[in-house]
Amino acid sequence: MKGSLVQARDIRKIILEQSHRAHVGHIGSSLSIADIMAVLYREVLRISEPSDAERDRFILSKGHAALALYAALHLKGWVSKSELDSFCGDGTLLGVHPEHGLQGVDFATGSLGHGLSMGAGAALGAKMQESDRRAFVLLSDAECNEGSVWEAAMFAAHHKLGNLCAIVDLNGQQALGYTEEILTLSPLHDRWKAFGWDVHEVDGHDQQEISSTIENLSSDQPHVLIAHTTFGKGVSYMENKIKWHYWPMSDEEYERAIEEMECCK
Amino acid sequence: MRKAFAATLVELAEQDPRIVLMTGDLGYMVLEPFIERFPGRFINAGVAEQNMVGLATGLAEAGFIPFVYSIIPFATLRPFEFIRNGPIVHQLPVRIVGVGSGFDYGQNGVSHYGLEDISIMRTQPGMTVIAPADHLQTTAALKAAWDLPSPIYFRLGKDHETIVPGLEGRFEMGRLQRLGNGGDLLFVAIGNIVPEVVDAADKLRASGVSCSVAVISSLNPSPDADLIELLREFTLVMTVEAHYINGGIGSYVSEIIAEQNMSCRVVRCGVDKMPDVTGSQSYLRQKHGLSAGALLKTALTELSSEDADE
Repeated sequence: MKGSLVQARDIRKIILEQSHRAHVGHIGSSLSIADIMAVLYREVLRISEPSDAERDRFILSKGHAALALYAALHLKGWVSKSELDSFCGDGTLLGVHPEHGLQGVDFATGSLGHGLSMGAGAALGAKMQESDRRAFVLLSDAECNEGSVWEAAMFAAHHKLGNLCAIVDLNGQQALGYTEEILTLSPLHDRWKAFGWDVHEVDGHDQQEISSTIENLSSDQPHVLIAHTTFGKGVSYMENKIKWHYWPMSDEEYERAIEEMECCK
Repeated sequence: MRKAFAATLVELAEQDPRIVLMTGDLGYMVLEPFIERFPGRFINAGVAEQNMVGLATGLAEAGFIPFVYSIIPFATLRPFEFIRNGPIVHQLPVRIVGVGSGFDYGQNGVSHYGLEDISIMRTQPGMTVIAPADHLQTTAALKAAWDLPSPIYFRLGKDHETIVPGLEGRFEMGRLQRLGNGGDLLFVAIGNIVPEVVDAADKLRASGVSCSVAVISSLNPSPDADLIELLREFTLVMTVEAHYINGGIGSYVSEIIAEQNMSCRVVRCGVDKMPDVTGSQSYLRQKHGLSAGALLKTALTELSSEDADE
């Protein structure tokens, strides 16, 4: 099965190759979710075909990490190499944020705080249709600054949307600084708990832990995985550096990054 | 109009299980017929309109036709970006239902007035805007449009009594309805202000001026062809809307006249400044030049300035 080919190091490699080729940023935000995306697309999401109405829905609410999604969709065989190579080109569906027209993208995103509402709608719709499909929404930590996230959180708990699973990429950084310095999120665990969610803290780079946590979700409350991640994970000079939210790589930086990936195989 | 809307929605929901009704905790004594008949297809999303529109987007993608109900500013302005990035971008059959056109909620203050909804909604590609003139047209419009595959904005008034004489509830998507055959002045009006306009037109005829009223009830598709044909007969047109004068049908008619290089003069009647006091709808219409009496006065002034120019 092609999905078994979805490996985090390949996602990271594609993120580096494409962002270097297109000379664009958002590298650190994409690298931090590579392990989560690998687990989701390799083991979790039940999607026989992107057009199957009964597929699980996935929403990359932190749309600026689209490159990690494109990489996963490519490794699944739903986005061709030539499509992937059109990333950030003219006339492409593979922009900095995911567009609806691209096969495998259920919902276009890019405006933070939008995804969880749509995901809750997808989960509610599944329940109303007595379907066992689920909705997964991957949010950024700073995205939880948006009030709409908490509107959706309140709704999902009230309606016991146990088929909704949010994953918060807690990499601790946002565009202009560290999240705790800009707008305090902590105690994030307690906040989600207080909104009535089934909360799990995981190491966002421990694929086994992410996988088994999702596999064992059982309550009828909506679930959230607070995934502790390292911004820029896998490229030493990017890790936890604000610069790599927006900054593109030089040729030298790209070569160093690829070397690090190769040596850590 | 909102009661006719709820009653018609119940009828349609009997036929089509895809219809669900959502509210941002509004619609007391309006939505009960639907709630009682289809409790499992009614969702009170709470006072959280952004989330409600996001939910509706997810539901529509799953195959439902969600009707999202609130007072106009809360149904349109508060969640506008969610409407744009949701139903518009994905071209999904979400129906935004805004109640309280213009000064319907007069005493409630400016927070509750619907004064820019036509303008912002008609900017959005693929968003059909429907603004019925009375409750008969509300029923006809809902029956004509409910299952479009793309999003719709319904702009409703509260009035359940007044009927526009001569309109008889006629509604055709992308067409206008002409009332009267007079040729000195054309009124073009939309929504719940139409009864005032018809009243003004009657008074004008009584004073010896021949005039017609064009009732526009849908935009995107807009009645371009009908309007172009009609405007050829006139040198003076007065647009009337319970709405700010920018971006609504005054703007729409002006765009058509400019693009077609017509020689017709446009007088835009609408709200041209921020309402600074509250009061009843009739008081506010008069204050902002939208009562039948005020429209009559404007018409006579404009007609006499036409005569003076000749």
